Amino acid sequence: MKKTVAMTAMVLAMTAAAGAQAQQITGAGATFPAPVYTKWGEAAKAAIGLELNYQAIGSGGGQNQILQRTVDFGASDAPMAADKLDSGKLLQFPTVMGAVVVIVNIPGVESNQLKISGAVLAEIYAGKITKWNDPKIVEMNKGVTLPSLAIAPVYRADGSGTTFVFASYLSAVSHDWKDKVGAATSVKWPAGAGAKGNDGVSATVRNTKGGIGYVEYAFASQNKLTTVELRNKAGHFVKPEMATFSAAAASGDWAKAQNFAVDLIDRDCATCWPIVSATFIELPKDPKDAARSLNVIKFFDWAYKSGSAMATSLEYIPLPEAVQTAVRAAWHAQIMGPDGKPVY
Amino acid sequence: MSQAITKRPSNRGDAIFAGLARLSGLLVLVLMGGIIVVLFLGGLPAFKQFGAGFLISDDWDPVQNSFGALVPVFGTIVTAVLALIMAVPLAFGIAFYLTELAPLWFRRPVGTAIELLAAVPSIIYGMWGFFVIVPIMAEYVQPFVIDSVGELPWIGAFFQGPPFGTGILTAAMVLAVMIIPFIAATMRDVFDTVPLVFKESAYGLGCTTWEVMRSIVIPYTRVSVVGGIILGLGRALGETMAVTFVIGNTNRIATTIFGPGNTIASLVALEFPESETGSLKLSSLLALGFLLFVISFIVLAISRMLLKPGAKA
Repeated sequence: MKKTVAMTAMVLAMTAAAGAQAQQITGAGATFPAPVYTKWGEAAKAAIGLELNYQAIGSGGGQNQILQRTVDFGASDAPMAADKLDSGKLLQFPTVMGAVVVIVNIPGVESNQLKISGAVLAEIYAGKITKWNDPKIVEMNKGVTLPSLAIAPVYRADGSGTTFVFASYLSAVSHDWKDKVGAATSVKWPAGAGAKGNDGVSATVRNTKGGIGYVEYAFASQNKLTTVELRNKAGHFVKPEMATFSAAAASGDWAKAQNFAVDLIDRDCATCWPIVSATFIELPKDPKDAARSLNVIKFFDWAYKSGSAMATSLEYIPLPEAVQTAVRAAWHAQIMGPDGKPVY
Repeated sequence: MSQAITKRPSNRGDAIFAGLARLSGLLVLVLMGGIIVVLFLGGLPAFKQFGAGFLISDDWDPVQNSFGALVPVFGTIVTAVLALIMAVPLAFGIAFYLTELAPLWFRRPVGTAIELLAAVPSIIYGMWGFFVIVPIMAEYVQPFVIDSVGELPWIGAFFQGPPFGTGILTAAMVLAVMIIPFIAATMRDVFDTVPLVFKESAYGLGCTTWEVMRSIVIPYTRVSVVGGIILGLGRALGETMAVTFVIGNTNRIATTIFGPGNTIASLVALEFPESETGSLKLSSLLALGFLLFVISFIVLAISRMLLKPGAKA
């Protein structure tokens, strides 16, 4: 009998607790920032009592869901087109930035030993340079012994924001690539083989002698993959590391960017890593439930204020202070509740 | 059967049961029709846009919004057929051994193991293929073949290129392992249904084990054996996860035996999450699903035709 009472009390207490923290917000979309959103979600639950339910279903899926308003916010790696944002009555803002790095598997070549220019990288992925001892690669790598090994380009087989960023870079550095292939979450690859996810790409590169692939930086650093140095627009070879990523992030012209869709690819600065990109959130400008919308804003406001260290620990680059301020201003100016008053 | 039931209207339970049974039967038809209609309607914009060209175009370019079904259809059929070529003789050998040759005490554990293999989720086969078979292919098999056979004139061209480990051949191998338990289990069960009298008579006439198998068991069970093979083929055609892991996911027609390719199911699974509602890409994916349905239907129809003369006996 006592036991039953105790059990009932416990169940009641748990229900009450659940009721008290029923401040749940839901989001869906991009897989690239999913680790940091999850970490922020856990921390925010303890700090401000907001529970985030984030489903990493892919950027395209996230955009669909927020257009249909089945979630509180959508997330996408590629910025949404301006006309689509307008017709869907969505406000878009960035959360963090990330870098894409190039990994290789060449016997005898260590991390950051190999140097490649963007143009050569584009030719490799176009299937025009097929051997690692091609004169164009040897020329940039005096002192590195390169074997006569077939180059095996590996790409993401699943549609992904990482592919969008990488293909955007190849389009920026090669006219040929821009004309023939272009950039999207999946493209028509002229050569190579596909693998699923960052882990699939890295495992395929590791398995394939002569393999080359592209992954998010966090993935490469956590798994100690063999990265390469890239030549940036200013003509310098740069290592993939936090300093060069941050330089690229800081070089972006945020003030001029429409809908915060800033272009951080191939910036013209001496220390910039050339493949850096922001990831975005889409939030309805006309929320039906102002309280829920406010909770989403509160969550990201808190993440801007207190989440930078967590983002950095996961190898993401936090937003510059000035951009955060601009985003807050946009929240206030553009998101109106059903009563016509600003939500934030 | 329903006539027999209507003759006894007083029995309400039977009537209700007959009604429910009829409903269940109808439900299958409705579901089936519903799926076909949804896939067809979803794929209609793609069919309209590309016309018959959708079937023969090898283009899959999400940037230019130009889609064709040739590469995934080719990959689907080639991997499934290659898998069958590898799996059928092995499965036959297993069933033959288990029903005719193996000692009695040994049959049960091996039989159970085969049934267990059939129950392994496909993702497990995919991981096994990716982490075990692919490295072996990439590390030993493919470099060896590329360096030896690949240097030969004429036929060398079929054995060249970088040794990814993944590709159509690897996918077919993993598929073969996946469908062997299905085919072997079916064959074993039907081989066991052959009346002992038939076999004993043949043995009495001085037939060898193989002659009994060829002249008594196989003719007697032909329909069910083909049925088991079709079951395996059906699984191979629609398999998604295991293939995605090992096929190399490339929307080009492979020109070498190790070349990467794609199948319908794999392509749909990979591209679906990044397809926007109302886009031509989503419509093309649904059209591919419809085509897979059609292919499965054709396979079924062919198997029925193959079975016709035997079915009468």
